[in-house]
Amino acid sequence: MTRVLLLAALLGAATGCASTAERDPRDPWEPLNRGIYSFNDKLDTYVARPVATGYTKVVPSEIRERVRNVFANVGDVFIGVNNFLQGKFEDGVSDWARFAFNTTFGIFGIHDIATDMGYEKHNEDFGQTFGRWGAPTGPYLVLPILGSSDVRDGIGWGFDFYTDPLNETEPFAVHWGLVTLRLIQTRADLLDASRILEEAALDKYVFQRDAYLQRRRNLVYDGQPPREKEPEDDSSSDKKPN
Amino acid sequence: MTRAATKNLISTAAFGLALTLGAPVRAQDVPPDQLVKTVTLEVVDLIKSDKEIQAGNRAKLIQLIDAKVLPHFNFSAMTALAMGQSWNKANPDQKKRLTEEFRTLLVRTYASALAAYSEQKFDFRPLRAKPTDTDVTVQVRVLQPGTQPVPIDYSMEKTAAGWKVYDVMVGGVSLVANYRTEFNSTVRESGIDGLIKNLATKNKSLEGAALEKKK
Repeated sequence: MTRVLLLAALLGAATGCASTAERDPRDPWEPLNRGIYSFNDKLDTYVARPVATGYTKVVPSEIRERVRNVFANVGDVFIGVNNFLQGKFEDGVSDWARFAFNTTFGIFGIHDIATDMGYEKHNEDFGQTFGRWGAPTGPYLVLPILGSSDVRDGIGWGFDFYTDPLNETEPFAVHWGLVTLRLIQTRADLLDASRILEEAALDKYVFQRDAYLQRRRNLVYDGQPPREKEPEDDSSSDKKPN
Repeated sequence: MTRAATKNLISTAAFGLALTLGAPVRAQDVPPDQLVKTVTLEVVDLIKSDKEIQAGNRAKLIQLIDAKVLPHFNFSAMTALAMGQSWNKANPDQKKRLTEEFRTLLVRTYASALAAYSEQKFDFRPLRAKPTDTDVTVQVRVLQPGTQPVPIDYSMEKTAAGWKVYDVMVGGVSLVANYRTEFNSTVRESGIDGLIKNLATKNKSLEGAALEKKK
């Protein structure tokens, strides 16, 4: 289903656009992206944000932290796999140690005792792994519902989706209950950030796009990206190396 | 971790004491990492202990940031960096107005961010720089349960009046660089004055929203 959407987005973009001089070279599909962005924004305003806000009002922060921990723990398995795929064996072992300790002594991840033991939580996914392997980001892409992405990260997201441990949960009702809860929790964790974004941006679309591209680049290099050349002469020739 | 936090606290307290006892520490002598730590902890403490700010009084929060944080930022450098090549197209008066408007916007953003993080623990990283360096990055990490720590990097430059921040990177996102595309495309479309107008409108709308909330 998502694949179909992705394909549709790609096709639509390829046929519908004639790039103009004004357009940002990292975002040749801007008109289409803006359309999806405004759809997502409405969905967020009328559904996701109100639900997430309600969730933070009803569920005490103590419990929300536990919920966050449980999903974070489940995620550590493939964060570890991605670290191995990127050749960062120490980090991968650390991620799996986190999972082992938190699942057992931390009672299914309710308590993040591994952090206190010195095993730091990492942030990895398949998009970052492909980036580490040298795959370029490709054009910026706004995915329906999922939001900011690029071609590389969109494909990476497909892999993340198929390897999601929650896929193994049964029955159907439990599976969707967990997936929904995780979505609400994730959105709730972003309430502050999205408010700040709204305050800071002149054009939310551009601000979010640039922040996404900067952030992903930083993540691919685990917080130590090589220095970029300053765009001195003309910003439209400002090409990202990855 | 907790031991490190206590140590942080003690060294900060000792540092604060040295300042208040009138030890001959001038502003320009305060090392950049100490400066970031002292100011952050002080501001976060004030946010947490102020009932009005906790209840959502934005004006008071901004006042606090204005008084405690602003003196350590170099806003004209930040504006010049955010403008990129457009900066040179502005005349002195336009530069002044741009800096003022951008400053107002950044202060609001920064105030919201600090308020959002005020309940979290901070990990102040030791400075990796030579004593002779005049341009350094001070690293702070915000520790949140269940997520990877959020790095906040302050790019700082040594000036005659002490160390000044000229960029803040949150999670690898440079605040200054993030405005560059927007600023440049606005300048291309409607000139420097268009950008000044845009910034002013944005600031007014935020002000209006804050007043609305107060009622």
